[in-house]
Amino acid sequence: MKCSRRGFLKLSGATGLGLVFGELGFDLEPVAAKVMDFKIKSARIVPTICPYCSCGCGILCYVENGKVINTEGDPDHPINRGSLCSKGSSLYQIANNERRLGKPLYRAPGSSKWETREWDWVMDRIAEKVKQTRDNTFISSQKVKDPQTGGDLEVTVNRTEGIACLGGAALDNEECYLLTKTMRSMGLVYLEHQARI
Amino acid sequence: MTNHYIDLKNTDCALIIGSNAAENHPMSFKWLTKAREERGARIISVDPRFTRTSAKADIYAPIRSGTDIAFIGGMINYILRNRMFNEAYVRKYTNAAFIIDDRYDFKDGIFSGYDSKSRKYSSDTWKYKTDSAGQPLKDETLQHPRTVFQLLKKHYSRYDIDTVCRITGTPKGVYMEIADTYAATGARGKAGTILYAMGATQHTVGSQNIRSYAMLQLLLGNIGVPGGGINALRGEANVQGSTDMALLFHLIPGYLNLPSAAPQYATLASYLETETPKTGYWSNKPKFMVSLLKAFWGPNATKDNEFAYQYLPKIDPQVNYSHISVFEALYEEKIKGMFCFGQNPVVGGPNANKEAKALGNLEWLVCVDLWETETSTFWTEKAGARPADIKTEVFLLPAASSVEKEGTVSNSGRWIQWRWKAIEPVNDAKSDGWIINSLFKRVKKLYENESSPAAAPIKHLLWDYGDSDEPDIDKVAREINGYNVFTGKQVPGFAKLSDDGSTCSGNWVFCGMYPEAGKNLSQRRDNTDEGGLGNCLNWSYSWPANRRILYNRCSADYEGRPWSDDSKLIWWDPAKGDILKGEKGKWVGLDVPDFNAVLAPAEPGGTNPFIMLPETVGGLFTTKMKEGPFPEHYEPWESPVNNSLSGVQLNPVVKVPKTAMNEQGSPDRFPIIGTTYRVSEHWQAGQMTRNLPWLAELFPDMFVEMSESLAKARGIKNGDKVVISCARGEITTYALVTKRFKPLLINGKQVEEVGLPWHFGYQGIATGEIANKLTPHIGDGNTMIPEYKAFLVDVRRAV
Amino acid sequence: MAELAMCVDVSKCTGCRGCQVACKQWNGLPAVKTGFSGSYENPPRIGGDTWTRVRFIEKEDSGKMRFLFRKEQCMHCTEASCQAVCAAGAIQKTDRGMVVFNDDRCVGCKNCVVACPFRAIGLSEETGSSRKCRFCYERIENGMEPACAKACPTGAISFGDRGKMLTQAKQRVSDLRGLGVNARVYGENELGGLHVIYVLDDEPEIYGLPANPRAATAGLFDNWLHALAGVGVVAFAPFWLIFRERGKAPDKSAGTEVDGNA
Repeated sequence: MKCSRRGFLKLSGATGLGLVFGELGFDLEPVAAKVMDFKIKSARIVPTICPYCSCGCGILCYVENGKVINTEGDPDHPINRGSLCSKGSSLYQIANNERRLGKPLYRAPGSSKWETREWDWVMDRIAEKVKQTRDNTFISSQKVKDPQTGGDLEVTVNRTEGIACLGGAALDNEECYLLTKTMRSMGLVYLEHQARI
Repeated sequence: MTNHYIDLKNTDCALIIGSNAAENHPMSFKWLTKAREERGARIISVDPRFTRTSAKADIYAPIRSGTDIAFIGGMINYILRNRMFNEAYVRKYTNAAFIIDDRYDFKDGIFSGYDSKSRKYSSDTWKYKTDSAGQPLKDETLQHPRTVFQLLKKHYSRYDIDTVCRITGTPKGVYMEIADTYAATGARGKAGTILYAMGATQHTVGSQNIRSYAMLQLLLGNIGVPGGGINALRGEANVQGSTDMALLFHLIPGYLNLPSAAPQYATLASYLETETPKTGYWSNKPKFMVSLLKAFWGPNATKDNEFAYQYLPKIDPQVNYSHISVFEALYEEKIKGMFCFGQNPVVGGPNANKEAKALGNLEWLVCVDLWETETSTFWTEKAGARPADIKTEVFLLPAASSVEKEGTVSNSGRWIQWRWKAIEPVNDAKSDGWIINSLFKRVKKLYENESSPAAAPIKHLLWDYGDSDEPDIDKVAREINGYNVFTGKQVPGFAKLSDDGSTCSGNWVFCGMYPEAGKNLSQRRDNTDEGGLGNCLNWSYSWPANRRILYNRCSADYEGRPWSDDSKLIWWDPAKGDILKGEKGKWVGLDVPDFNAVLAPAEPGGTNPFIMLPETVGGLFTTKMKEGPFPEHYEPWESPVNNSLSGVQLNPVVKVPKTAMNEQGSPDRFPIIGTTYRVSEHWQAGQMTRNLPWLAELFPDMFVEMSESLAKARGIKNGDKVVISCARGEITTYALVTKRFKPLLINGKQVEEVGLPWHFGYQGIATGEIANKLTPHIGDGNTMIPEYKAFLVDVRRAV
Repeated sequence: MAELAMCVDVSKCTGCRGCQVACKQWNGLPAVKTGFSGSYENPPRIGGDTWTRVRFIEKEDSGKMRFLFRKEQCMHCTEASCQAVCAAGAIQKTDRGMVVFNDDRCVGCKNCVVACPFRAIGLSEETGSSRKCRFCYERIENGMEPACAKACPTGAISFGDRGKMLTQAKQRVSDLRGLGVNARVYGENELGGLHVIYVLDDEPEIYGLPANPRAATAGLFDNWLHALAGVGVVAFAPFWLIFRERGKAPDKSAGTEVDGNA
């Protein structure tokens, strides 16, 4: 078996038709009907990987005027060869969805509603919360029994049990790495994600 | 996965157990369909419920949730008794010939070394017998009664087919058919693959379930060959990567253990001494650890300060910090602040009522997501809460979707693939990277003028990803791979990492992905498939070292010849050696060797395929599992029956759960087994699918699947609203009465099982009750993965 | 010019419904407001906003459980009932075998919806016109397969020259028969030859397909006019009634909050 090698996607300035003209085994003469506009003809194509399960299927995003106008399976991708399941086929509706969050939201203690806030405000406040909680709960060393001497040994532990961090399976590897690095430097030990459940 | 998705096409038989691959990993069926069509491969589906996977299987067997070890143990017994195992493979590529310590024993469900008070084993007696030089004693005839092989045979001799079928509820005829069909893959040149997922892991014996599969594969010679392997079909696009990056309490990147507060971890030297085995590839661990510390603390990690080792947090060895423990600690008001990055524990966590209640004890909660989730709105009236009573400050940060940022994700087959950015984040969303970077910079600034011990690890952390809040992802990728800290040159692969502080690497298993400047191999898009196995070595990058099929030394016999022409992967070619260098031949083939390829097959070590283990052969016997060297059947925490194989009902090492808001149900009140699962059209805790109209349309509501006999007994019709109750609460949902669930005959007693998809919640377009309100807070003996897959319920019509 | 056809091999379908969503995605069809259907099947029927869907059938054969899946859509019949009954002349058959609706000419009278022997046509809430599968003809023109065929993970849907599709279907049926499966081709000669050819592994009726589908003729339309005239309604009333209805925004349901990609 050998995958078809239509020219590999050139990532800058590639346009649709060159890529998708395929090998369907029939001639391409126009059908005798009113042909609707071929909506992807001038779109820029950006390859991505499906965000759902772990098969790692390739998806092509067709982008025009800063919007995703179409998504479909990447025919060059060796795992899915252009095909997609129901979830992969719906990627378009993640990028185009009125239910997506707008601005950062804040809920004050005891409040029954969200309030919108600016990024600077929320990030500053979260950073202050983190520092305050961390400082109040930081354990820099711990006495442990030393089996060799029978006495106590003071071990540096630099941890906080006051803050937990969950999640990561939906993040990119680079983001996961930054998250691990940040959280461990802050001394978090309650660091968990979806793999545990 | 030891293998990868495309490789499924090379199989002769796929045993799908604890997985509903057709629904939850649909693309696996692209390749299984091909294997079926082109090789006449057989597909076996073992599942409590007849699923879309079962629909495409040649053989379907029902199984009672939580009885996999009995099922597989019976197959091991059958295969050993009938000598259907791959003898040549077992003799040399596993530890079957190793002789075990005389003190090792097993009686009535308990191995030697158990302490019932602490519910822990000492593994002192689970050892190889060694000669005076410390080398394990072996009997390659496998006849010595204390060989692993004979002990294995003895252990599973109790798992006769009648006993096993009484436990699992599998009809004997179909069980025999499966045993024979799958055992046929033990023949030379035949390959069988096992596909599993959370149906296997989410049990109090989850880890040992998987181990039993792996042992079956070793016995049949199915590891390290095309079309074989032990293949975890992981649930999320990057759950493999987030695991590699160690977002787990006990690990740091690259599967290194986080130190604990114990004398043997007091210094870097003692950590390395304790953690580094003398043999096997892990003997290189100091290089990986020091390079990681250099990536974390950069120039502030020096030889003189133990490469900043003391900056790493150390866990309290008496405390477990896993997911269930997070929520137990929250419930007990020990945790004050929490982040949730794209995780929705109010839907996805076990015992959701307790987890939601526990959240109210937080002083602050930061949720990062694309949508409003049940977790971020736990304080609302919609959630059933009284907002005025909840003092938690909640932040909900809009996150960019996968097409609105760049970076890599790792699929189940360990392929690290780059995603290009298609559009700017919608609305005011920011990437998770932006949020983490922006947060850390601000925290660092707050500590700027402090000189406390608490400030040092933060102030000294190497954090240099550009001036903007959006981190330079390319730079992060280069750091993960690693570079020489003096020259700045990328490290070409993990073999070149050093323990002297001259190299950094944020994750050694990724080292090689970015081997030189401008060459990020995760971006490769050459889909050429040399040899036709589907390995596609020039497409993206697969860790470790771009190997596509792990343990691939096993694909050739002792002499280095492929087991058959049909199964060629890597082989020794005597004609290819460089005579000038004195080489007698060369390893060649269709994958990157996952063994010491400098060694000729006849040289010492030339037949050792499992380089990550100290003994470098496959472990039919192990000291690493908390429950003992061989998987043993125990019943779920909530089970309708007593254990038929021993007097020990529950896995003897599981942590006995706390009972506050976590009561245990008894079969007299809750006689039906409950289990949870997913459907093709929704995903995980639902926020990524319940908000999409096209997917919401396909499964708009929560439901419970049940058999026609149960429905009849309870006066329930298809489409009725029913109440599912358990000791921890109840939910109301639609009944989906189906022929695809059948009652099982367990120990002469008819037992019903019902199934609940766990995707639903009160947010989104498709809504429904949260199945996890029914699942308990009890975890696996090794990993603390919750027992979502087997619990006790009752069912009645809603009035 | 050679006729085109789709081949749907139910023996390979896993019921993942990638085709169902891919169709909506490419064609910009809104989601339909659905409720619990008592099975995996949803939306409950083909409609103007749902041009293809997968049927789920549970069956037991002497104790052996079977869970069957069939993708259904317009069959692009040679003897196309919809065309025969369309008074507005909105339906054309192309020389590639496709049956194509002209949205601008459709008056929304639903004659075609009633006449279709496969119930594969519906009135769109969004446009007020009859709509159905078009074989993604603009994709075909541009060298791409129909969206559903491309999406199918297991190769259960293929598309191409009708002659080739038939040969492929027959070969598959013969292979399946060799494995003891009660397989057959559906669509070779039905209604003068369908342009969706099925490889079935059971009786057509099990899969909800009429064993002997019959074409409706223009006579049906005449009967309808007579019936209306019989109760005193002038012959053209339905048209203007429907014209009046057109242009009204359909009820927004939860499922239509987000636009399809127009």
